[in-house]
Amino acid sequence: MTIRIENRFAKVRAEHRAALVTFVMGGDPDPESSFEIIKALPAAGADLIEIGMPFTDPMADGPAIQAAGLRALAAGQTLIKTLALVTRFRRGDAETPIILMGYFNPIYIYGVDRFIADALKAGVDGLIVVDLPPEEDAELCKPALDAGLSFIRLATPTTDDARLPKVLTNTSGFVYYVSVTGITGSAISDHSQVASSVARIKTHTALPVVVGFGVKNGETAETVARGADGVVVGSALVEAVRLSLVDGKATAKTVPAVVGLVGELIEGIRRVHKA
Amino acid sequence: MTVQNPNSFRNGPDETGHFGLFGGRFVAETLMPLILSLEKAYDVAKNDPAFQEEMRSYLTHYVGRPSPLYYAERLTEHLGGAKIYLKRDELNHTGAHKINNVMGQILLAMRMGKTRIIAETGAGQHGVATATVCARFGLKCIVYMGAVDVERQKPNVFRMKMLGAEVVPVVSGAKTLKDAMNEALRDWVSNVEDTFYCIGTAAGPHPYPAMVRDFQCVIGREAREQMLEREGRLPNSIIACIGGGSNAIGLFHPFLDDKDVAIYGVEAAGHGLSSGAHAASLTGGRPGVLHGNRTYLLMDDDGQIAEAHSISAGLDYPGIGPEHSWLHDIGRVQYISATDSEALEAFQLLSKLEGIIPALEPAHAIAKVCEIAPKLPKDHLMIVNMCGRGDKDIFTVAEHLGGMD
Repeated sequence: MTIRIENRFAKVRAEHRAALVTFVMGGDPDPESSFEIIKALPAAGADLIEIGMPFTDPMADGPAIQAAGLRALAAGQTLIKTLALVTRFRRGDAETPIILMGYFNPIYIYGVDRFIADALKAGVDGLIVVDLPPEEDAELCKPALDAGLSFIRLATPTTDDARLPKVLTNTSGFVYYVSVTGITGSAISDHSQVASSVARIKTHTALPVVVGFGVKNGETAETVARGADGVVVGSALVEAVRLSLVDGKATAKTVPAVVGLVGELIEGIRRVHKA
Repeated sequence: MTVQNPNSFRNGPDETGHFGLFGGRFVAETLMPLILSLEKAYDVAKNDPAFQEEMRSYLTHYVGRPSPLYYAERLTEHLGGAKIYLKRDELNHTGAHKINNVMGQILLAMRMGKTRIIAETGAGQHGVATATVCARFGLKCIVYMGAVDVERQKPNVFRMKMLGAEVVPVVSGAKTLKDAMNEALRDWVSNVEDTFYCIGTAAGPHPYPAMVRDFQCVIGREAREQMLEREGRLPNSIIACIGGGSNAIGLFHPFLDDKDVAIYGVEAAGHGLSSGAHAASLTGGRPGVLHGNRTYLLMDDDGQIAEAHSISAGLDYPGIGPEHSWLHDIGRVQYISATDSEALEAFQLLSKLEGIIPALEPAHAIAKVCEIAPKLPKDHLMIVNMCGRGDKDIFTVAEHLGGMD
């Protein structure tokens, strides 16, 4: 088992704050700019990095992440290139956990065993595969865990107490609580429910629980940080990428736009002191 | 209950929703509890005589079943071989087989207390059927349709609106059927409490492929009885077109264990299999995972889903129902394909010889009948599933044939 995720949560806990988990799309808006963005994330304040593996048919994603995936594919991104991106990142950073997030088909076509081996070699720590619920654990989750990759599961408001143990059984690293029944980018309607939902999940697991969906700025990051061990931000970051483009191409503003938003998010998180 | 024959082709899926390698439940966690509760509700309904009776009553008095099994005498004479029967599912209310499934799913949705129905549609036939049944029962209906298809299929868009449905043009991705399905799934993820997703074909996460098949099996059960009554024996072969494959599995399933009945499924070969512009997932694709199930899919080497092409919007989908993938791999059904131009010829032939304008979808099956039937003896009995009428396609055909003169 790689230990970067555990080490990083331990470090964040020692700083008495929540973790900032940033999601960006691999290869968006082009392979080189994508590398520059990811390379800049840790110094900007990201504690963990999720890299999206683009897919033509992202059924659980909202317009922002859909568009980011299509930009990456149009720029020629493939699973091989996403793994190469991680390899390159690892040359300069041995500690920041990297989690690949996406849908099963590209992994299935790449070959499950080959993918697990290549991901470990590249320096990947964990996987989030949206369309693999516990009912399909034999496909990727179990072989990935056996090989030493974390398999991070999504829990949602529809995952009730009866089902939570099933969802948490083969989960490792951390639990990703999707705070709304909705697609990525949806707004959280009631922040007070986040804390109580996290508490509910924590009665079933000792893993850190991070919360995503609807975090857009320092203020919402601060609110979510009060109730969770970590704050996930995705749609807002890929939107920052999009807004920096001119005619679909990266500009001098692209990396600074992401770095600036990450800085604002971590400031919001740091305003909350965790016991 | 009868004891299941272990050698039967009709036992699938297993408890986890698999037909061999195919099927399964590849959905986001948000949807998993919904799919499990749907499975439970369907299991109860399936075994409830009151549900079956309600279904039978609506199929008889509202849909117009049974549909006739019609001896196509002039087509038979023209081809000079097998004796050809048409299973006339185009005579159903709304003009296609789609309503068989929609009626079942909507009755189930109401048993589950759902008040908001969502559906995806390509050509618009499933959308029209869903809008129709929702109007009948006073349910809110939202139909997702690719923006490209909204433009191509204006009459059906108008029909759905007349029936009180909201038609949402989908502008994401390639703006066709697969994107409409993505968008319907996104809606479902966002509206889990009151919403029922009425899938239009025998695909998607378990239990949809089995449930849609069960509702469509009325086609094959009737055809089997009607043929026994007419000819005193089973057909020698049966044939149907395949997009997702719900009309085909509905005809095939009751015949799967009749090992002397040859079964043919006809995929859309578009501009030709070698052109790359086709919708033949079994012939030109490979197993992958999309829309909740593992099945044959059209894709590139990176696992990115490819765009399908067919002159028939109803066959224009890069996947196929998982049970067909299994039947293909075990060899029980022979899957062949017909091109756009073969379908266009068959469309005209059937119109002129039998006074029946077929939809472009079953025109693909007719095209292969024209190829297979002449080589067969006159006592060979063949059933073709006439799964839709061609009114919706006359403008598309006119465009391809260069006008109506």
